[in-house]
Parts: sequence; structure tokens; C-alpha cells
Amino acid sequence: MSATTLAQWSNMAVYAAMFILIMALVAFAVSFAARGRRAGVTATSPQPVSVGAAGPMAKDNPEAPASAAVIDESGRRAGNIGMSLTWLATGVLLVGVVLRGIWAERVPWGNMYEFSLTMSLGILAVFLIVSLQRDVRWLGLPVVGITLLSLGLAVTVLYTEAAQLVPALKSWWLVIHVSAAVICAGAFTVSTMITLLYLWRDRAERRDVVRGMVAKLPDAQRLDTLAYRIIAFAFPLWTFAVISGAIWAENAWGRYWGWDPKETWAFITWVVYAGYLHARATAGWRGRRAAYISILGYVSLMINYFGVNLFVNSLHSYSGM
Amino acid sequence: MTQTMTGEKAAPLPPMGTGGFLRWAWRQLTSMRVALILLFLLAIASIPGSVLPQNGTDPVRVDDWIENNPTWGPLLERFGFFDVYAAPWFAAVYLLLFVSLIGCVLPRSLTHLRALRSVPPAAPRRLDRLAGFQSMTDSRSPDEVLEAASEGLRGRRWRVARGDGWVAAEKGYLRETGNLLFHVALVALLISVAYGALFGWRGNVIVRQGTGFSDTLTQYDAWGGGRLVNPDNLPPFAFTLDEFLVEFERDSSQRGAPRLFEANVTVYPSPGAESEAQTIRVNEPLVVDGAKVFLVGHGYSPVLIVRDALGRVVNDQGVVFLPQDGNFTSTGVVKAPDARPALGIQGLFLPTAAVDEIRGPHSTFPAPDDPAVFLSAWTGDLGLDSGVPQSIYRLDTANMTQLGLESLRQGQTWDLPEGIGSVEFAGIERWASFQIAHDPGKEPALISAMLALGGLMLSLFVRRRRVWVRVSPSETGDTVVHVAGLMRSDDADLQPDVTELVDILTEGRPVSR
Repeated sequence: MSATTLAQWSNMAVYAAMFILIMALVAFAVSFAARGRRAGVTATSPQPVSVGAAGPMAKDNPEAPASAAVIDESGRRAGNIGMSLTWLATGVLLVGVVLRGIWAERVPWGNMYEFSLTMSLGILAVFLIVSLQRDVRWLGLPVVGITLLSLGLAVTVLYTEAAQLVPALKSWWLVIHVSAAVICAGAFTVSTMITLLYLWRDRAERRDVVRGMVAKLPDAQRLDTLAYRIIAFAFPLWTFAVISGAIWAENAWGRYWGWDPKETWAFITWVVYAGYLHARATAGWRGRRAAYISILGYVSLMINYFGVNLFVNSLHSYSGM
Repeated sequence: MTQTMTGEKAAPLPPMGTGGFLRWAWRQLTSMRVALILLFLLAIASIPGSVLPQNGTDPVRVDDWIENNPTWGPLLERFGFFDVYAAPWFAAVYLLLFVSLIGCVLPRSLTHLRALRSVPPAAPRRLDRLAGFQSMTDSRSPDEVLEAASEGLRGRRWRVARGDGWVAAEKGYLRETGNLLFHVALVALLISVAYGALFGWRGNVIVRQGTGFSDTLTQYDAWGGGRLVNPDNLPPFAFTLDEFLVEFERDSSQRGAPRLFEANVTVYPSPGAESEAQTIRVNEPLVVDGAKVFLVGHGYSPVLIVRDALGRVVNDQGVVFLPQDGNFTSTGVVKAPDARPALGIQGLFLPTAAVDEIRGPHSTFPAPDDPAVFLSAWTGDLGLDSGVPQSIYRLDTANMTQLGLESLRQGQTWDLPEGIGSVEFAGIERWASFQIAHDPGKEPALISAMLALGGLMLSLFVRRRRVWVRVSPSETGDTVVHVAGLMRSDDADLQPDVTELVDILTEGRPVSR
């Protein structure tokens, strides 16, 4: 197979994965809406009668709306279809990323296009790994949505033909440092989606209006814990990514830390997520405030990715654009 | 700075008196809330340095910025915004943060040391409302059950305490150990960075192909060292740049992007030592005598043979031209004060020459496919005797008169007007620029960072938990066994531990629950 064909196959796989993801997105949306409607019926009707039989039960047992939703067959089936399609899309995207790597004869994260592809794969992988341990069909819609956004940006705005690397990138550290960063980006994306859902759900719980689509989410406490666990996994990995980047920088540029904009924003991201971990252990900062901090951490991660690569004069400007 | 500092109340007003105030200030500083605020201040304080140009990385852009912003430029400069990471206010934030960290970690270390030597507290009276509660009956006597429980738990590395009718066990002390290790390692990291800054040095030098460099202060184009470095005592190595290889992308959308840099050098590790041939690449610095030599840039030095009015050769060497863009449109200067009359030449070197109306002469590809020089010759006072230090890359033409302009291809000669002399573009050489650095803090910094990472992982992944067994004789003569646990880190599931305990108690025997 000629090199050009490989590149074309890679592109086709990426487009196919996007197409499958769009179908998954629809399935998750149907599941969300269907289960939401159903849960809405059960949750709203007793509301006027505040001491009604279903009212306290729904409140005392936060599992109730979710388990009620699980009974809903149409939402359940759509959610399962969404999960299956996500697995399929992830496989196809993996093929696309691997083909790109074979074509370029190096790891497939040499420019922003490839990094976005691999990061999308990372987001999906983290989501699917979490899904092996618990039912996260409620998370499908935002996760697949943001993955599609990332892939869409990749194929439209960020696409580059770039084949080879500049000498500064030819290093084993490219494999180690960037793959750690990619996995972190995927994990932080998933945790941020969960945190946004947590804020939504938490607000509903505080106002005591858990009905409609928000009722199909797990209770706020569980969302918070799940987001925390993913961040607790990603934070040491991010620390490692920063350390390995410093080792590489020492070898390539003669200093391990030079406050290059990329390094600075990696540091800011690290500090903000460190703040999140501390906030979670501090009275008065748990819950919503900690959640806002973790979203700030994600914002700084995105500034580092888009802002520094595209708009700032940095040693790390590898976008290939 | 660390976890489980719960139950903090809103800060009370500071008490009267110096001692009281200091105690109050110290409590405030070491509180988690203030630590959090300092963390955010640190994040925010870091931002300007990524937006504004910094003296440490790009002093030229700093000057441009100040020039273009006459109102804000000087003001920001005064408050250190072009040197953010060396600014007093930035240092104040991180130093306060570290003081807060130490103030938090020290008492916690003492608490933890005590905890490590103490036994787990007694089991609660009733276990049935606790996490993972299970009740079983056992045919053994209560003492036998407790014995089996404590033996089994000890064997699985639980810390066990036994009392009247109960066994309490705790595990996961490594969580707090890791937490403390992480924070102590951060302090060590800061000290390593400071140590490197005090005792380290770095310099930049441009070496033309075929020439050499020896590590003394005068040979550097730029050199900076920490406060405690003796610049007269640099490691006495030397090297010559024998050959510099470079390749550029010729196809694809990234045409002109570098694909290979390689400097072949002969290294003399110390005076009189055997020389050895080495190759320096990007990502592959040369390590010699405690210093590292990095390849950081390269460019062209056109050989311009300059003769004066008497026909004497006043320059016959390659002249270092500095690249101005990615295609190596380069500028440089020849100063010939000994020529009669004194001559100065400004030049533009184009490895692949092109001329258009908008950009004037410029290069379209970084490799020397079609090289040309565009020269401007001057005569008069070069200003070298004025005592003001001059850049060797700039010609001060204030007291000079222009003789003319000419462009030359390789091998061509320009006879200056009125028989004042000539310039011959005889050939092209390359130069490479090296950064030579010595940072004695980097190994301790790496070790500290790895310890911090290890401690961080322990503090996030190890779960601190307790399990209890309570026994009481039942009416039937069997023993009623209650087990339950408590997760002391709020993010995890206790069930595996209780299951482990139940397995210990029921090992090899039928269970009745």
C-alpha cells in the first residue's frame, strides 16, 4: 500500500468514526430524553402532595430516579446502542490513528491535528474504561459530544499534511511525554463533563426539583466522587507529564524549566488541580466550589492547548499551521 | 496545605498584643484556606509571564513592546512584568506558600509519627450502623474467633489492637506518609532550583565551522552565572567545530522546515588530554567536565575578502551573519578599522536569493541553492575608539559616508568606487551556536520531583481504613460475630476490606450468616 493511500485510509477511518459517533450521539440523546420524560412523570406527579408516598422515597433514596429510569426500556435500549456505537467508533478511530502513525513513520502526535485525533481517542478510552466498572450511559451524550467537537476541529481547522518532525521533536521523550499529556487531556475532559453534570444535578437537588432529564443522572454525591477519582488518576499522570517534559527540555534546550508559555500553562493547570484536591479536603470548599476550581483547571488546560499553540510565540508551537 | 484539616471556622479577629497577633497570623498562614488562596495567587501571578514577552527568553521583544506601549511599557517594567518569575511579588507568593506548607507539614508529621507508634482505637460498641456491617455465627469460642481475626489481619499487614470482646485493625498509613513525602519533596525541589540558580551558569557562543572554542569567560558572546559562581574557574575544556550538517524539507506543505542538524566536533576534555570526536545534535548534548553543550542554532558566514585602497587584505574570513527569518535571510557586518581608509560593510546574505517589490531582497529557501549577498559599503569613523561597547553585528554609520550598493554572486568581486578597495564574495561557511550550561541543581531537582510524584501517588491511591470485629456468646453456645469498617478517605469503597476480614474468619469453614 502506498504512503498516500495509507494517509487516505487514515482520513477515511477518522471520518467513519465521526459518522458512527454522530449516530451514537443521537442514540444517547434519545436515551437521555426518553428516560428523562419517564422519570419526569414519576418524579413530578407527587410533587404537589409534598408528603406523598413517592416524594420522600425519591428524596431519601437517590437511587430511585435512576433505577426507575433503568426500567424504561426504550431509553435503556437507546443507551445500549449508544455504548455499542461508541465502542465501534473508538475501534475505527484507533485504526485511523494507527494508520496515520504508520504513514508518518512515527508516533501519531506530531502536530495539532494528530494530537487532537489522539486526544479524542483518549477521551473515548477513558469513558469506555469507566463504563466497564459502572453504568455511565448518562455520560455518553456530553462525552461523545465533546469528542465530536474535538474531531470536527481537527479535520476542519487543524488538518495538516505534515509528514516529518523537526529535529527538536525527534526523541523518545515525544512518545513518553506527549502520550502522558494525551491521556491526561482525555481524563480531564471526561472529569470536566462529569463535573458539569454534577453542578446541574446539585443545583436541582438543592432546589429540590430533581425532575426531567436531570433526574436520570446519578445523585450529586456520586457524580462528585466519580469526577474526583478520575482527577485523582490524572493528576499524578499530569505531574509525570510535566516532569518528563522538564527532562526532555533539559536535553533539548539546555534547561529543565524556562517559563516557556507552554510550561507556564502546564504549571498553572497543575497548580489549579492541586488547588482542587486541597479544596476537596477543606471545610467550606467541598462540593460546588471545588467543582468550579476543577473547571478552571480544565480551562487552563484548553488555553494551553489552543491558546499557546495557535496564538503565542512558544518553543512548543508545534501546530504545524 | 494538606488534607483533612476540617472543621475550620471563620477567622476570628486578631487578638491584641504582638505575641497574640503573631500567633494569629501564623495560624492564618498555615490554614488550608490561606494555602488555597496562595495557590490561586500563584496560578494568577504566573499568567502575565506567558502573555507578555520576558527578558529571560526574548529581550528584543521586550524592548519592542515597551517602545510600542509608551504608557504601559515603563510602568509594567517597573513592576517586574517583563521578568515575572524573578519579580519580588512572584517570589512573595511562592515563598509564603512554602512557609504555609512547612507550617502545615511539620505539625502533621509529628501527629503522623505518633499515629505510627500507637495502636488503633477501640472498636465502637455497636457495629451494626457502620459501613459493610455483617453478622455471622461461629462455632468457635469468642477468644478463638478474636485470635483468628487478629492473626489473620496481622498476616495481611493490618495494624491490630485487641480488647475485651473486640479486635480493631487499621491499614493505609502510607497514605499520610505519601502526603507528607509529597510536600517535603516540593520543599526539596524549591531548594534544588535555588541551589542551581546560585551555583549554575550558562553561556552562549557562536562557533564558525573550522574554528574552536575554549571554555573561558572571554570566549562567550553572552554569559550569565549564579551569585556564587566564580567565572574565572570554568571547567577548562575546549572543542573545535569540524563540520556542521543541516538538511531541510524540500517537499510537502512544510517546505523549508529543518529535518537534521548535526555538529561534528573534536573535544579536548581538559588541557593536554586526549581529544575525541563527538557529534552534537538537538536532544543530544555533549557532556564534558560537568557542563553540557547544547546545539541551539546555526547560520551562514559568507567569506568576504575585503581589500583596502593599498590592496592589502583586511578581512579574509567567514563573517557570522544572523538569520532574520525561517529561510535564513541573514544580516551581518564587516568592520575593517585597519583598512586605509577605514571601511565598514553592511550585508544581507540570501541562501536562495529572490527580489520582489514588496519585500525587497529576501531568501526563499534556507539551503544555499542560489546564494547571493547584497552589500552596502561605508567609509569614515567606525566609532570603535569611542569607548562605548559596540555590537559586532551592527555598523554605526553616524560618522560614515556611504560608498555604494552592490549585489554579488559567489566568486564575484565588487571594486569599490574611487579605488578605495574591493570586496570579494569568495565562499560560504556555516556556523553553529551553542548553549553551554552547568546546573548542579538539576539532579537534586529530578530526585525531588520523582519523590514528590511517588508521595503523591501514595497519598491518592492508598486508602486509610479501619475494620472491627466484635464477638458475643449466643444462646445456642455459638459465637455471634459482628464485623464492620470505616473508610477514612472518603472516595473509596470499604467492601473489599470487610470481605477480606470475613474470608479470614471463615477460612475453610462453612459459613452461616
